[in-house]
Amino acid sequence: MYRLLERAENTARLIETGQRIALTRLNEPDAEWRPVLQSASVLDAYLAANETVTKDAAVDWLLRSHENPSSVLCCIEQARQNARMVRTALTGDVWEAINAAYMHARETLARKVGERDLPNVLRALRQQAALVRGMTHGTMMRNEIYDFARLGTFIERADNTARILDVKYYVLLPSTLAVGSSIDNVQWESILRSLSAKGGFRMEYGSKLAPREITHFLVLDKRMPRSLAFCTSKIRDNLSYLNRGNREPGPSLRLVSQIEQQYLSHDLDQIFEFGLHEMITELLGAFSGLARQIELDYRFYE
Amino acid sequence: MAECFDEMWGDAGGLRAPYRGFHDWFAEEDPKRLRAKQREAEEIFRLTGITFNVYGRAEAEERLIPFDIVPRIMSGTEWHRLSRGIEQRVRAINAFLHDIYHNQEIVKAGRIPQEMITRNDAFLPHMIGVAPPGGVYTHIVGIDLVCTGEGEFYVLEDNARTPSGVSYMLENRETMLQMFPELFSRNRVQPVQNYPANLRRSLAACAPPAAGVDPVVAVLTPGIFNSAYFEHAFLADQMGVELVEGHDLRVVDGRVAMRTTCGYKAIDVLYRRVDDEFLDPLNFNPESQLGVPGIMDVYRTGGITIANAPGTGIADDKAIYSYMPEIVEFYTGERPLLQNVPTWRCSDPDSLAYVLDNLADLVVKEVHGSGGYGMLVGPTASKKDIAAFRRKLKARPGNYIAQPTLSLSTVPIFSRMGLTPRHVDLRPYVLVSPEGIRITPGGADAGGAEEGIARGQLLSGGRHQGHMGAGGLGRCWARPRMEFSGCIACWSGPRTPRA
Repeated sequence: MYRLLERAENTARLIETGQRIALTRLNEPDAEWRPVLQSASVLDAYLAANETVTKDAAVDWLLRSHENPSSVLCCIEQARQNARMVRTALTGDVWEAINAAYMHARETLARKVGERDLPNVLRALRQQAALVRGMTHGTMMRNEIYDFARLGTFIERADNTARILDVKYYVLLPSTLAVGSSIDNVQWESILRSLSAKGGFRMEYGSKLAPREITHFLVLDKRMPRSLAFCTSKIRDNLSYLNRGNREPGPSLRLVSQIEQQYLSHDLDQIFEFGLHEMITELLGAFSGLARQIELDYRFYE
Repeated sequence: MAECFDEMWGDAGGLRAPYRGFHDWFAEEDPKRLRAKQREAEEIFRLTGITFNVYGRAEAEERLIPFDIVPRIMSGTEWHRLSRGIEQRVRAINAFLHDIYHNQEIVKAGRIPQEMITRNDAFLPHMIGVAPPGGVYTHIVGIDLVCTGEGEFYVLEDNARTPSGVSYMLENRETMLQMFPELFSRNRVQPVQNYPANLRRSLAACAPPAAGVDPVVAVLTPGIFNSAYFEHAFLADQMGVELVEGHDLRVVDGRVAMRTTCGYKAIDVLYRRVDDEFLDPLNFNPESQLGVPGIMDVYRTGGITIANAPGTGIADDKAIYSYMPEIVEFYTGERPLLQNVPTWRCSDPDSLAYVLDNLADLVVKEVHGSGGYGMLVGPTASKKDIAAFRRKLKARPGNYIAQPTLSLSTVPIFSRMGLTPRHVDLRPYVLVSPEGIRITPGGADAGGAEEGIARGQLLSGGRHQGHMGAGGLGRCWARPRMEFSGCIACWSGPRTPRA
């Protein structure tokens, strides 16, 4: 449930970013939607169902298509279905918040969303998701149920950040060409926006956008709540709570420590030397391996 | 349609005492506000997810339980009288179940024919000689009652398998408390909120010998697509116990255990909302995905309590129903306090002759049919239907019983035209444990969906026991509403001390 909810929220944020970038571009506004679909990892499926990438079709695909299992609507429906299945594990407040999010999404996403309504619809979706998170934070017992909820959230979030970096890594590579050009500025800004990281970045690094700082911020900065290092350390924390009472760390806890050591304990130069793209690709594989290991360790499917 | 008794206005059109407080309140209310409140209530229901699933569609759809803001009100005296009758009947049902799965004294005494038991589809041979923990067979019972006049109640059906609907009563009351607090300050209403706590306590009191000091209770649901799934989750949540499905459970070291993140944990009492047939693929339906392979073997060796016990269906079988007065007398030594609807067993030649002569005035039901499939409602049936049914009846008379049509009471509901009378029945919920029998002062009521045929006994028509098949709650919980019982302390009932 929490994984799906996080995904719904991330996708809503991606649409917001795409819309903003497209609106601020002077020519070919539709072209910006291809990388957005790619960041959400739904480009191939989209192209199988549609011939060309247009703004309306892309937004609809991301927002409410039932052919796209990662669309915001599908994720919210599935999250609510999961919540019903584990109804007794949730507090009444959390259940009502997720049920309200579902009712609201079903209503507002019943038909295509026009351009005029899009900002309000996206804002409301993010607020509803925030309400579920807030109720979780404020009312749930800090027991293993909570640990699993947090694990789902951070695994999805790490995956999401890594995917965005995977698609956009080339604009972050140190290069002598075109640095500081306006095109790069737009690209960098879009990365920060799609991770809700613009404000935080400005606070830390001022208003100067530079690829090196952005990379550091999104990969290694442990204060940035969507960075790979932050998400991974949260995953480790929650796995070690679950592991309490065992003398030895379980397989998934060992795996996450290994990920941290192998990828996230170096400095930026070492990362660039190894290859940013290579590292991100390996990390994506490592996160999905970790998710599988957690399912095995805690008997999700038996 | 004959004039029928109205629970608010009585026979003669004078306001009945239990409804006085409500009547005054209603008279002062603006219908517009009430309509807005009704919509508000539906919004609350939708948000809290108080729904039931409807089958027969590509995607199981969730529907709201229709909600009416008019409470059904019963005086404390009347409730007290009813509860004594219910308690007597439930005690007799448990004694009967114990007897027929052991010595069958009632058969030996010639009060019930042998074949009524052994040839009955609802008789479960696996239960012969099995002693359920605490001696309790029906931990939860729902007795369906209809009212036909001042103080005149009949038992329409006993539900001894897995009666449902109690969550709607509880949520309904909760919603009413939020919406119309003033109604509760004006009337003294007996609380029903303790039901989940009582249920847990009652179940724990029936724990098997293998259980520890604090028995582990769990609710077994067929899953999220079951029509009553909301209720299963609701009860587990309110009791603070685990909600499990068949695939979460397995037999480990002679106990039924549930999968947890740190291995398997034994369950002592399983409140199952899965029908007998699907409970154990090794002992019953081998196709079942909903049950636990081997649970019956654990049960027989005292490793687990199953609530209700398997095989209790025979006690609410329609053919056995006609023997209920004898059953109550045989086991309690008392005259039955609650009346049965007069029933002709068509297996008996004299009764059959009478039924054939009076088909147009009677309701004829198939004995093992659950629901309205094999039934004839004489007064509303066409000549052709009656003729067709006559042939079926003659071919297999033992398969049918017949009952007169009763003129059911009406209670007011809130409609566009204001208060409108509607026929309903009443299902109070009864908990049985070695500690005693506890009856929740309230109930769910189901109204006939189609006004024209509500007269007579069609109310029981669409009711299902287990909700496994088609039909289910869709029709029968058309209008569950709260019961106010013993609400007016100053003139009757359980007298609350006044300050």
